[in-house]
Amino acid sequence: MNVEVPELQAIADRIVAQAKPGEQVEAYVGRGGETSVRVYEGELEHFVSAQSDGVGIRIIKDGRTGTAYAGTLDVAAIAEVLAEARDNVQFGTQDEFAGLATPDGVEPVPQKFWDDDLANYATEGKVDLTKDLERRALAADSRVRTESANYDDGWDESAFATTSGIRTSGRSNSCYVSVVTLADDGDETQTGFGFSVGDSPKDFNLDKAAREAADRATRLLGATKPATKRTTIVLDPYVTSQFISILSSAFNGENVSKGRSIFAERLGEQVAVPFFTLVDDPTNKLAYTATDIDGEGLAARRNVLIKDGVLQMFVHSSYSARRMKTASTGNATRGGFAGAPGVGCLAMQVAPGSKSQAELIADIDDGVLIQEVSGLHSGVNPISGDFSTGASGMTIVNGAVGAPIREFTIGSTLQRMLQDIVAIGNDIDWLPMRAVGLSLVINDVTISGS
Amino acid sequence: MSNNDALLVAPDVLSRVLARGRSTGADFSEVFVEDKRSTSAGLDDGKIEQVSSGRDRGAGIRVVKGDTTGFAHTSDLTEKGLLAAAEAAAVAASRGGGGVNSVTLGAVVRHPVNTIEKWPDEVTKREKVALLQRVDAAARGVHKAIVQVSAGYGDSRKRILIANSEGVLAADEQVRTLLRVSVVATGDGGMQTGYQSLGHTIGFEVFDQNDVEELAIAAARQAVTKLSARPAPSGSLPVVIKHGSGGVLFHEACGHGLEADIISKGASVYKDKKGELVASPLVTLIDDGTMTAEWGAIGIDDEGHPSQRNVLIQDGVLTDYMWDYLRARNEGRRQSGNGRRQSYQHLPMVRMTNTFVLNGPHDPAAIVRDTKNGVYVAKLGGGQVDTASGDFVFGMTEAYLIENGEITEPLRDGNLIGNGPQVLKDIDLLGNDFAMGNPGTCGKDGQGVPVGDGQPTLRVKSLTIGGTAT
Repeated sequence: MNVEVPELQAIADRIVAQAKPGEQVEAYVGRGGETSVRVYEGELEHFVSAQSDGVGIRIIKDGRTGTAYAGTLDVAAIAEVLAEARDNVQFGTQDEFAGLATPDGVEPVPQKFWDDDLANYATEGKVDLTKDLERRALAADSRVRTESANYDDGWDESAFATTSGIRTSGRSNSCYVSVVTLADDGDETQTGFGFSVGDSPKDFNLDKAAREAADRATRLLGATKPATKRTTIVLDPYVTSQFISILSSAFNGENVSKGRSIFAERLGEQVAVPFFTLVDDPTNKLAYTATDIDGEGLAARRNVLIKDGVLQMFVHSSYSARRMKTASTGNATRGGFAGAPGVGCLAMQVAPGSKSQAELIADIDDGVLIQEVSGLHSGVNPISGDFSTGASGMTIVNGAVGAPIREFTIGSTLQRMLQDIVAIGNDIDWLPMRAVGLSLVINDVTISGS
Repeated sequence: MSNNDALLVAPDVLSRVLARGRSTGADFSEVFVEDKRSTSAGLDDGKIEQVSSGRDRGAGIRVVKGDTTGFAHTSDLTEKGLLAAAEAAAVAASRGGGGVNSVTLGAVVRHPVNTIEKWPDEVTKREKVALLQRVDAAARGVHKAIVQVSAGYGDSRKRILIANSEGVLAADEQVRTLLRVSVVATGDGGMQTGYQSLGHTIGFEVFDQNDVEELAIAAARQAVTKLSARPAPSGSLPVVIKHGSGGVLFHEACGHGLEADIISKGASVYKDKKGELVASPLVTLIDDGTMTAEWGAIGIDDEGHPSQRNVLIQDGVLTDYMWDYLRARNEGRRQSGNGRRQSYQHLPMVRMTNTFVLNGPHDPAAIVRDTKNGVYVAKLGGGQVDTASGDFVFGMTEAYLIENGEITEPLRDGNLIGNGPQVLKDIDLLGNDFAMGNPGTCGKDGQGVPVGDGQPTLRVKSLTIGGTAT
């Protein structure tokens, strides 16, 4: 957020200036826009062009918190939001730890979040490249159809102010393309997808997105259901990213302080194999979720979560930090102006190993390459640690990838999986998710099938 | 409430906006106006952490020319703001000539399916917060192993107005009231969780009709019971699903695959299957937006079409898909009241409302008794489906072993996986104890909408259990 937005900052400042004695006030003012293009069978299916704005206000008085938001920057509506937040304060329970963040002297690491090429990119070009992506996906394999090819971009401006002296504003924009494919073989149809992200459309790799979409759909044709067994699995980078993201909740200091983390009471203990190191580093500009400030306006920073398998720390907002008598680690999260701040990891990265995925597979006599998982929200319980997801992928036989398999689950617990890692790949993929992707080999996982 | 004065935007303004939408030669234009007020309150760790109020107000304008849809939205509901959005949508849909300069709207259609006794915005925040404190106390009272309780209350009152260039003018007022509770229990084997929720499309009277303490106690007992749970089995076994807990199975196993937008792109295993036997003859599947007070109930859908009861599968035979305006228009048929959207900022698409299976002939107790070995699922979590292959998963958050026809030990959480068409055919016992399930949010293409589900106790003769025990 290194480019200031004075107009929104002025609105935030004006709200904060209305604080009454004894009140802590925080104002978050946002404005954004999106373009969404969908192409199907060579024709433009939809074109969405829209803008929205809004304001969220949080007030704390005598340890009680009230919040309110409205999806508009209309002056009268802002006054109503302030009055509602103030009214809501009286119904909160007094909490000695409630409060806003205060400036901590940590300077944000400057990054580039705005791309003029994207901001000025012609609409016609967005439609054309989406059509191009669909053509490439169709050309990649004769068995492939498309369900949709998509271009999406968005821009966002926001300003933040508090009575505790935090004041910051900035803007960002981003874009991506994606294509959803279907592959047919007789009665059977399988689905695939591919995507590419960039600072501007110039960065897109349409060929790679098209090839991956075709490959994902076709590789599962003829897949069978595997027999139930305990085995070694290799998580594809795309799957590892989802697996690592689940762990965020266990490092969340608020969950730790409220007894909802599998890592509570385990600081300094060996929670993973000794060659496993995990950092949260939103200052790394390669990370898709890189940011310079957190959801409370403090500088985002690099935090080492697990070093050589040993649990180093939890991540905190100012609230969870006060509860645990420590300082914020710059890990407040926020889902736009309508949401109150929470806590979470921002950009998780597993330290890479030395082997490629092919080399990792070459070391396995009998196993499964997991290329996709489903039902992470329904079958993984980050509080108990139970882990069970639907999966599809390839068998691994004598060090080589074999036949496709689907309609099975993989099961273990989060605690065990971290101890059962046997190798980490060097194939880092900065996916558009909260955690970086790379191949991960895990022993002793249950494949449940026929 | 039945005169035009109560409309969010005056009909003459709507007419002009719709005409502007078609000014570049489009064949359809539509205005969707929304004004939503919501209140939420959260309790955690024994404290009311915050009460929050929200206001979302705006309009989405859709313009269709041929196969292309243009869409724009605005939070500015003045005529100037609406005309600007209509122009943006028109440009998005088309670069051609032609044009329409007048649209005549019909009389306002209203089709209320719920009667609200206690409007949530007329209930004090103090009463709302008090519910959470009752939930907290009740859950903590269940057992000393309960170490954490979090509870949330939410209500919303949403007025919508839809007008389109075919003369449709329709309005609805949609109220939703929700209470949820999550509990953590701790024991020698680590932590376990329990969860319950209650949500209806009526007002605060829902808490006169339902016992919130009971809800809290059920969540707490679920967590405590699971402290002694053993790992779920792996492999394929018969699965009995308790009434009112497993509608999500049908939502995923076939519901999404019966949505006409997915069908029209050939992305469903149920394409070209109308008139065919796709399920056990025991199964009759309904989607019904008129079901009073249920979470997916709507007076009109988000395209202005009155909600209705649609029979999707009758005695195992696929009778119809679900339709929105665009897909119905392409097929030259009537829409089915299934055009829904998350908010004015979203395009409508085909969505379910309340999806459920009607009663079968069997005694639920006998279903368990007749199952030698298997799994009894008392509570399901969410799910996910690949409509093209039919493969789907759904989570079990409270389950037990069935041994020799009896429900025995509790099992740890996990997913079940199956293939939709196969699972529908494998339903070999269907109870006579129909019940609706819990309020759900269905996600599709980035949009969430409230849905309901329900079913009697049933048995699937073989499903793959995603556990670790062998």
